[in-house]
Amino acid sequence: MTILEVRDLTKRFGGLVAVAGVHLHVQAGELLGLFGPNGAGKTTLFNLIAGSLKPDRGEVVFNGQTITHLPPHLRARKGIGRTFQVVQVFGELTVLENVLVALAHPALTRWLPLGRYDPPGRRQRAMEVLEKVGLADRASELARNLPLGLLKRLEVARSLALRPKLLLLDEPLGGLNLRESEQLLEVLLGLRGQITMVLVEHNVRMALPVCDRAVAMDAGRIIAEGRPEEVRRNPRVVEAYLGEGGDA
Amino acid sequence: MYAVTVLTQLCIYAILTLSLNLVTGLAGQVSLGHAAFFGLGAYTVGVLTTRGFPFLTAWLLAAVVAAGWGLLLGSISLRLREDFLAIASIAFNFVVVAALLYLPYFGGAYGISGIPKPMGSVAFSVLVLATTLGVAWCHERLRRSDLGLAWMSLRESEAAAEALGVDVRRFKVTAFVLGTGLAGVAGGLYAAYIGVIRPEDFGFPLSVTLLAMVAVGGMGTMWGPLAGAFLLGGFAQAFAFVHNYQLVLYGLLLAVVMRYRPQGLLGRRPT
Repeated sequence: MTILEVRDLTKRFGGLVAVAGVHLHVQAGELLGLFGPNGAGKTTLFNLIAGSLKPDRGEVVFNGQTITHLPPHLRARKGIGRTFQVVQVFGELTVLENVLVALAHPALTRWLPLGRYDPPGRRQRAMEVLEKVGLADRASELARNLPLGLLKRLEVARSLALRPKLLLLDEPLGGLNLRESEQLLEVLLGLRGQITMVLVEHNVRMALPVCDRAVAMDAGRIIAEGRPEEVRRNPRVVEAYLGEGGDA
Repeated sequence: MYAVTVLTQLCIYAILTLSLNLVTGLAGQVSLGHAAFFGLGAYTVGVLTTRGFPFLTAWLLAAVVAAGWGLLLGSISLRLREDFLAIASIAFNFVVVAALLYLPYFGGAYGISGIPKPMGSVAFSVLVLATTLGVAWCHERLRRSDLGLAWMSLRESEAAAEALGVDVRRFKVTAFVLGTGLAGVAGGLYAAYIGVIRPEDFGFPLSVTLLAMVAVGGMGTMWGPLAGAFLLGGFAQAFAFVHNYQLVLYGLLLAVVMRYRPQGLLGRRPT
């Protein structure tokens, strides 16, 4: 079953075509890796799917519904969660409160949602999510006091609390050391099958083997698609990466 | 008697800083025109009560008028991501003061005088105090609500807030409307208490002063804006003789606080 379909999606920034007529199908339950050199358009594609950018052309269909016209917060409520390439945590809020934000949205359909934001039920759910990513013992700390490795996990926890059907992960391993990367990857693999995930990652060596399927982009286009090993050995992919030292 | 007068004045400042804190401290939207909404509330009560309207009706309308203009200004200027509100609110403050000055209906530079108090002076001070406590209570209620959490989340990161289902634009406007409405409440009390209002009482310098009070006291908490209002407001009373240099003193104080305690004196909310 297709959970996300991207049709002919195009985004220009001035003269630069960041995403050029991309077609993409994401199957429910799969872990899809999205690879490509810097500037290939991966993050722009994420922003188009999550709604923080509007496309110049094309459609985004999620769960059989066209969502191209929806603002990001409504896409989040429909079940698209995301993390950011540059961490976007709520620094002056506690770790627990960061997660509680994601649990508040059913109440936020009203203009004056005046109920308490931390009723016991929500606290418990937030703690369960934090437990899952191993942050439960830091729950009452201010998020800005956490090291990057934990902030990346907090972002994952926060978007998990949304109970998304689809999770867009933008370089979750970026800036992490080997141990932190392994820990976070383990968390993500634990979600495999329950949540559909699209993973953008520069650390191809670590991320590629765990993907069910891989897509490679270059200059705003998809240049290869298929099983991870095939995509990795695809001559066009190798060529695209040569400029970056052949890291693929 | 003097003490009661000063306390009443400080309470009005406190309502203003608490209401500004909803906008700037919790929702993170810098407003430099809060005095304009204070003035709109004051003039609503001034105009209506001198024409025979009962105080309570006029006071309620003061809040509605201020919040209505807040809704208008907010929905226009909060659409944009950048700190457009800061600039738009400055402009709005000057426009409001100019309109009050030049429209004869509002009494020009002399303003409106002979605004009646609905009750005795001391009883009215009690009303002001009770309102301040009520506003402080509302502030806390809001801060611990889903609405408050939505405000704080968008203050910290709009991108992340909307990715988690928060309608950023809607809640920015909500904050501004509530904040400006409460400024109108303060204005209504002020007009009836002081009896005489002039456009210059609601100028840009007061907006800056209010923002300084919130920043010095500590944004995002309840005690911060309260402390700021009482400290800088008390300061203004104590140093009334250097009236012309007050803003200089505020500026210095603000600079010192920002250097040594950027979160404000009571900044760092309890967790």
